[in-house]
Amino acid sequence: MQKEAATGAMGGQRTFSRKRRLKNQIENVLKNPYNIMVVISVIMMVYLIVIPLFQMIVQTLTLAEADVARVEGGREGMATLYYWKRVMTSSIANKMLWTPLGNSLVIAVSVAVLGITLGSVLAWLMVRSDLPHKKFFSLALIIPYMIPSWCKSMAWLTIFKNERVGGAAGVLGYLGIQTPDWLAYGPVAIIAVLVIHYYAYAYLLVSAALGSINSELEEMGSILGAGKARILRKITFPLVLPAILSAVIMTFSKAMGTFGVPSMLGLKIGYYTVSTTMYNSIQNGQNRVAFAISLILIGIASLSVFLNQKAIGTRKSYSTIGGKGGRTNPIPLGKWRPVITGLLYAFIAVAVVIPVVIPLYQSFMLEAGNYGLDNLTLHYWIGGSVPTIDQGEPGIFKNPQFLKYVGNTLKLVILTSLFATVLGQLIGYINSRGRKLFSGKLVEQLVFIPYLIPSIAFGAMYLALFATAKKVEMFGYRITLVPSLYGTFALLVLIAVVKNLPFASRAGTSNMLQISTELEEAAQIANAGFFKRFFRIIFPLSKGGMMSGFMLVFISIMKELDLIVILMTPSQQTLPYMAYSYTAENLIQLSSAVTIVMFILVFFVYWFANTFTDADITKGF
Amino acid sequence: MSRIELKGINKYYGRNHVLKDIDLVIEDGEFMTLLGPSGCGKTTTLRVIAGLEKPQEGWMYMGEREIINAPEKFYEEPGKRHLNLVFQSYALWPHMTVFENVAFGLEVAKVPKQEIRQKVETALKRMQIEAFIDRYPSELSGGQQQRVAIARAIVSEPEVLLLDEPLSNLDAKLRVEMRSEIKRLHQELGTTIIYVTHDQTEALTMSTKIAIFFEGVLEQVAPPLELYQNPASLRVADFVGNPKVNFVPAKASMEQGSLVVESALGKMTFGPETLTGELPKESSFEAVLGVRPELVEIRTQPGDGAIPAQVYSVMPAGSETTVYLNVGAERLLSKQNGLKQYEPDQQVYLDIDLDKINVFAKESGRLVKLAAAEEK
Repeated sequence: MQKEAATGAMGGQRTFSRKRRLKNQIENVLKNPYNIMVVISVIMMVYLIVIPLFQMIVQTLTLAEADVARVEGGREGMATLYYWKRVMTSSIANKMLWTPLGNSLVIAVSVAVLGITLGSVLAWLMVRSDLPHKKFFSLALIIPYMIPSWCKSMAWLTIFKNERVGGAAGVLGYLGIQTPDWLAYGPVAIIAVLVIHYYAYAYLLVSAALGSINSELEEMGSILGAGKARILRKITFPLVLPAILSAVIMTFSKAMGTFGVPSMLGLKIGYYTVSTTMYNSIQNGQNRVAFAISLILIGIASLSVFLNQKAIGTRKSYSTIGGKGGRTNPIPLGKWRPVITGLLYAFIAVAVVIPVVIPLYQSFMLEAGNYGLDNLTLHYWIGGSVPTIDQGEPGIFKNPQFLKYVGNTLKLVILTSLFATVLGQLIGYINSRGRKLFSGKLVEQLVFIPYLIPSIAFGAMYLALFATAKKVEMFGYRITLVPSLYGTFALLVLIAVVKNLPFASRAGTSNMLQISTELEEAAQIANAGFFKRFFRIIFPLSKGGMMSGFMLVFISIMKELDLIVILMTPSQQTLPYMAYSYTAENLIQLSSAVTIVMFILVFFVYWFANTFTDADITKGF
Repeated sequence: MSRIELKGINKYYGRNHVLKDIDLVIEDGEFMTLLGPSGCGKTTTLRVIAGLEKPQEGWMYMGEREIINAPEKFYEEPGKRHLNLVFQSYALWPHMTVFENVAFGLEVAKVPKQEIRQKVETALKRMQIEAFIDRYPSELSGGQQQRVAIARAIVSEPEVLLLDEPLSNLDAKLRVEMRSEIKRLHQELGTTIIYVTHDQTEALTMSTKIAIFFEGVLEQVAPPLELYQNPASLRVADFVGNPKVNFVPAKASMEQGSLVVESALGKMTFGPETLTGELPKESSFEAVLGVRPELVEIRTQPGDGAIPAQVYSVMPAGSETTVYLNVGAERLLSKQNGLKQYEPDQQVYLDIDLDKINVFAKESGRLVKLAAAEEK
């Protein structure tokens, strides 16, 4: 029977035409929305990520106009190793690079080690042990992530500041305890503050991993007679190791590039890190030197990711092991239970309560450094301009700029979160549906790049790219390849969106992976086109995850300082920048008041999203 | 009409060659089962027919219509092939009610509202789940979800209904029930059904024709009984039939056009009319006898041509009894209807209908001697 049919359908001849083949090939590509999405996102990412990076590299290798005199026989734009030599081997290289780099490495390594330990222990306690009040702790433990790290450094200063470095004394000074310099400023202070901030990454990643381990794996161990410690060491720990290592990378690269904390806690005693040196160079017009330093930072971050991937390998990446059957009997802490609970409450007090309460109290203090009750005032909130106080700066609600800055902040945060979330979901769609394809992998790699670039370097990069418009002559038309965006609000939105894309698309990918392709195929069989499928099937099913992604980006940008500090112009100030510049001018009470307003906004949005939508920021990781 | 023809289909995943030169014709109104072990290519073939996979080579036609022309890179869109698919996972949209799930395809096709309502209700009634019309999939049991998935697939009255291992997620009792349900559906609707399964009982009981796959190769296409009686190769014989076929090693040689086979079961001669065209060129070769368990009859008294054997173990299961027997160094399985009593190590005598056994060439694995057709 099969033989009869060998000539084709109903005896007809099979046809072949090159023209039709070409037409079909073109149609196949154009009709497939996946391809179009890939093309658009690749173009977008090349333009916004690859070209700026390339531009930065080129700039470090060519001579700027301002430096022509410094190089013998120099011409503007000629190829030179001047900047690299200056950074790496010149007489000031120690000051420019090596000492700050050493400091940054000490900080980043310490923060990674301490933060991961703290976060993993907390995760284990929360997921596996019989710790009491878990519901409270589960909320309290992610609050530090919502409080910007530089707020914590303000709180630190308020407590430990001494009079030797200038300004009013801290709480301890007020109580008559002189704090040593090494405690008030420098590496110890920076590391302590950053650990309290960045443990959240390890906490979130490791608790997710612990929660997804099939408890049967551990139960099997105990059936074979292994003790609790042995099970923890031989079964649980290796299973969460991939999560721990990813947390190490996240923490390390974040701590390497962080700017706010070392600038507040280090500059006063001349303790520089890579990011603060870089900021200084840019402030001094030494952009290309700063770019060279950023490239070194990017190199270190890439190396750490590479080593991480080597260490985990693909064979051991079982982080996706499905978890069924939640553990029914948590591991009892026994006599340690009250001690651990107490320690945890103490930790919450240090990490959550103090960074919120201190600025709040401080914002009501008329005279800085006087913590007595008779010193309380509402001046910094609603007071008018008094020439003798803070050079006449009015209280924040009397400051006409303040409301504008609140508006700026909200505008920036909402626009950015919207764009980043939508793009993140689309890229997540590409990543999840193209997992085995070259295109999917390419997009995944590209979108990961901004993650490797420290925020402050990212700012410098965009500064370089968008400072002046670049036009080319094409077919007699002048086409603007790169518009001059410096000083515009659009640039702030753009940079915040791009920098948050890795996060947003990660949330998008995990969201899209949960939607089985078969659900989409079933609609495809019913002849539903791409848009119908997207709006009727994918979108309704991904709403929850989208909201979580939105929250994640929202909170991250709300407190963002490092990224935009370089690009900021006076008219576009945001709340974090306002608080930062008040601090820089030693107007502590005003800066505290601004910070409190910001907290309220963040908490309100978090509460709102948690109550009225099924968003869960812990799911974005 | 909906006669489906696949011609020279080749599908690769990277370097992995998953479908090797598949030629298959499915006649209008047929119940074709694609059978094979997991990873054999049966689901991929189904997805090629559905349009969810694009083969790198080959053609497909539905009636006169060209559906796939791989050299010209032409692949008709899945939604325009007039077929529907029931997924193994059911793939019900969790955010839509039963009604919305079933109505979706009609809505896309812009069928008037009144008509949608009526068609959905008819489909749900046919599947006996009209009571659950406003529930969400998560509020239904596995068997009910299965019925919704089938209702969703038949509501648009497709020319071809594809089912991808639809019963594998159901428990044993429901599975038997749904089998008869689907078979009945086929008779009532008269649509062509293409059904993927790895369960040979499902395949044998439901299909009008079975296509059996191994490692991406379509090994044999035949009606169920023929597949059972004359499996084209050793692996088909091994895969089809429960309890399993007995394989007995043998030496075969050609003598005056007849095949002479010697084995633990004795010496047998098969006339030229029973032989296939797949005989090895050598005049004597290693062979394997394929003896279905129900062909092995047990007698307690020696008889003419009966083969002496010892009972190894007996497993009565009510409606049938399976008996393991030792014949020389070989172990044979016999299936007897009803309850039979034997003692372990009891001496018995086997009576085997030689006309109905198969002979395979060991090296090529191909069938060389056909079983005689069942007497009507």
